[in-house]
Amino acid sequence: MEDKTSQTKKEPTILFVNKEKEPLFSKKNRKLLSDPMDDNNPITVQVLGICSALAITVQLKPAVVMSISVMAVMAASNVIISVLRNLIPNRIRIIVQLVVVASMVILVDQILRAYAYDVSKELSIFIGLIITNCIVMGRLEAFALGNGVWKSFLDGIGNAAGYGVILILVAFFRELFGSGKLGGFQVIPEAVYEMGYVNNGLMLLSPMALITVGILIWIQRSRNRTLIEKN
Amino acid sequence: MEAYLNLFVKSIFIENMIFAYFLGMCSYLAVSKTVKTAVGLGFAVIFVLAITVPINFLLDTYLLQPGALSWLGSKYADLDLSFLSFIMFIAVIASMVQLVEMIVEKFAPALYGALGIFLPLIAVNCAILGGSLFMQQKDFSGVAESAVYGLGSGIGWLLAILAIAAIREKITYSNVPAPLRGLGITFIITGLMALGFMSFMGIKL
Amino acid sequence: MNRDSNAYTFIFATLMVLVVASVLAFTASSLKDLQDANVRKEKMQNILATIGIETDREQAETLYNQYIVEELSLVSGGEIDTDSNAFELELSNELKKPLAEQHFPLYVANVDGVKSYVVPLRGAGLWNAIWGYIALKEDKNTIQGAVFDHVGETAGLGAEITQQWFQDRFVGEKVFDTDGNLVGINVSKTNNDPKDLDKEDHEVDAISGATITGDGVTDMIKERLQHYLPYLKSADVSLASNQL
Repeated sequence: MEDKTSQTKKEPTILFVNKEKEPLFSKKNRKLLSDPMDDNNPITVQVLGICSALAITVQLKPAVVMSISVMAVMAASNVIISVLRNLIPNRIRIIVQLVVVASMVILVDQILRAYAYDVSKELSIFIGLIITNCIVMGRLEAFALGNGVWKSFLDGIGNAAGYGVILILVAFFRELFGSGKLGGFQVIPEAVYEMGYVNNGLMLLSPMALITVGILIWIQRSRNRTLIEKN
Repeated sequence: MEAYLNLFVKSIFIENMIFAYFLGMCSYLAVSKTVKTAVGLGFAVIFVLAITVPINFLLDTYLLQPGALSWLGSKYADLDLSFLSFIMFIAVIASMVQLVEMIVEKFAPALYGALGIFLPLIAVNCAILGGSLFMQQKDFSGVAESAVYGLGSGIGWLLAILAIAAIREKITYSNVPAPLRGLGITFIITGLMALGFMSFMGIKL
Repeated sequence: MNRDSNAYTFIFATLMVLVVASVLAFTASSLKDLQDANVRKEKMQNILATIGIETDREQAETLYNQYIVEELSLVSGGEIDTDSNAFELELSNELKKPLAEQHFPLYVANVDGVKSYVVPLRGAGLWNAIWGYIALKEDKNTIQGAVFDHVGETAGLGAEITQQWFQDRFVGEKVFDTDGNLVGINVSKTNNDPKDLDKEDHEVDAISGATITGDGVTDMIKERLQHYLPYLKSADVSLASNQL
C-alpha cells in the first residue's frame, strides 16, 4: 500500500518540477520536435510505421488526412501512457498500450465518419491499421513510458510530423507524375499534354511508392552522411 | 472448391500483404537480414493469421455486425457493436499470440526455440490486423473462406520476406552506392519485386 | 500494493476496460445518428445522380423525397413485397441469401412527369466489391444515368469508374437488343467507338489498364438486371407500346 501512494505522489511532483525548471520550448524540447524531421525520422531512419502508410499515398489529400490522424492518435496516446506510466502493471503493459491506441483510433474513426465522411471512405481500413502502426507502439514503449507528459506530447507530435512529411512527399510525387494533379486540382497545364506529355500511370501503382521512398532515403542520406549504414 | 482455390492463389500472389498493401513492413524490413530468421518469422505469421482471421470472422458475424446479436433474441437484433471491432480484433490477436506462445512452449520446445523470439513481435505486425480488417470488408460467406484467406495471406507474407532475405544476403557482396546501402536499396528491390508480382494481377482460375 | 501483484494487475485491467468501454460506447452512440445520416444521404445522392439530379449531401434528403415516388421491394418472380422496406435493404446482405429469399430493391423516380427506374447494382471488381446504381428511362431500356463506387480498386485505374466521364458513357445506351433480350452493357476494350457516339451497340469504351474492374461492371449490370426482368417485362402499358 505504501508503495503505491508514494508512486502516485511522485508523479505530480515530476510534472511540476519539469515545468518550473524548463521553459515549455526549451532547446531540448524543441529538439524533440525537430529531430524526427530529419536525423531521426521515424520512416527513413528508425524504420517504423511504413506499414499502412504507403497504400494511401496515391493522392495528396488522403495522405494529409492520414498524417493528421496519426498525429492526433500519437499525441493523445503518448500523453495518456505518460500520465499512467507509474500505474501500469508491467506484465500487461503491451496490452494496455494496444487498448489505449485502439480506443484513440476508434475515436478518430468515429469522428471522421460523422464529420468527414468522404475522407473516411477514402482511408477505409487504413485508419484501423494505425493501431498496429509500429511508430505509435514504438514511441509509446521507447519514450512515453519513461518520460513526462509534456515531453511525450512533443515527442508524439514530432514523430507524427516526421512521418507525415515522408507520407506527403511520396504522395506529392505520385500524384503529380501519376495524374498531373495535386490535391485533386490539375496542375500540369493542358498545353503540356498537347506537346506530347503523358501521365505516368506506373506512379499510381503500389510498387512505385516503395521505390519513391527508396529514392527519398537515397537523397536524404547523401545529404546527411552520418546516416549511412555500414552494412 | 474452385472458389477456395481462387481465393487462396489470389491472397498469396495478387493481394500480397507486402507487395500490394505494404502491410507488415516493419518486421519485414527489420527481420529480413538472414534467410533463417526470415523463415522463422514467416511461419509464425502464417500460423497466427490462419488462426486469428477465422476467429475474428466468427466474432464479427455473431457479435459485432449490425444485427449480429439476433441469435440472442429479437430484443438484441438492433444492436450495432461494429465500433468495437478494432479493439476486439487487436485483443483477439494479442491473446492468441500469447496463447500460441504458451502452447508451443509446452508441447513443441524445439519449435519454440526457433520461433520463440518472433512470436511476441507478431502482435504488432500490421499484416495480422490487416488480415482481419480486410476479412471484415470482403463479405466472406463462411469460416472456411476466411480461414483460406488467412492462410493464403500468411503464405504470401512468408514468400515476400523469404525472397527479400535471400536477396539481401547476396547484396552484401555488391557495390551499392553508400547512401543507398541497407534500407534504401531494400525499398527499391521490394518495389521491383512488387512490380514483378503485379504480373499475377487479373489471373482468373 | 505491489504493481506486479496479480490483484493489482487484475484491478487495473478491470478499471481500464470499464473506462474504455464507457468512453467508446458514449462516443459511438452519440455520433451514430450523424454517421447513419451520412450513409443514408450518400445513398440518396447516388440514386438522384442517376436520374440526372446533382446535389450536395445536405440537399439530398429533400430532393429525394421530392423525386423518388416509389420504393419497391421485389421478390424473384417480379411480385412486390409490401412488407419490406426497399431503402433499408442492403444488397450485400441480400446477395448472401438463397435466390428465392432475396429481395430486389427498385426505386421509381418521377421528374416532371417523366418516370425512370433506378436499379441498385453490386458485383466484384479486381480487389473487392464494386457497386452502383443504374437508371432506366421510361421505356425501361435506355440508360438515363449510372453511378459506380468501389471499396479499393486501384486508384487512377479501376477507381476511375467513380468518375463522371466514365459514368457519362453509359447515358443513352440500351440494355435490351431489338428482340427484347437482355444484353446489358459491355465495357469493352476492343471498341471502335471510343467517343461512345453509337448508342445502339450496347458497348462503352473501357478504361485502359482497368480490364478486370471494367469486366466487373459489365457482369454486375447484366447479373442484377436479369433479376428485374419479370417486373420490367410485365404487362406494362409503357412497355407494350415500345419497340420491345
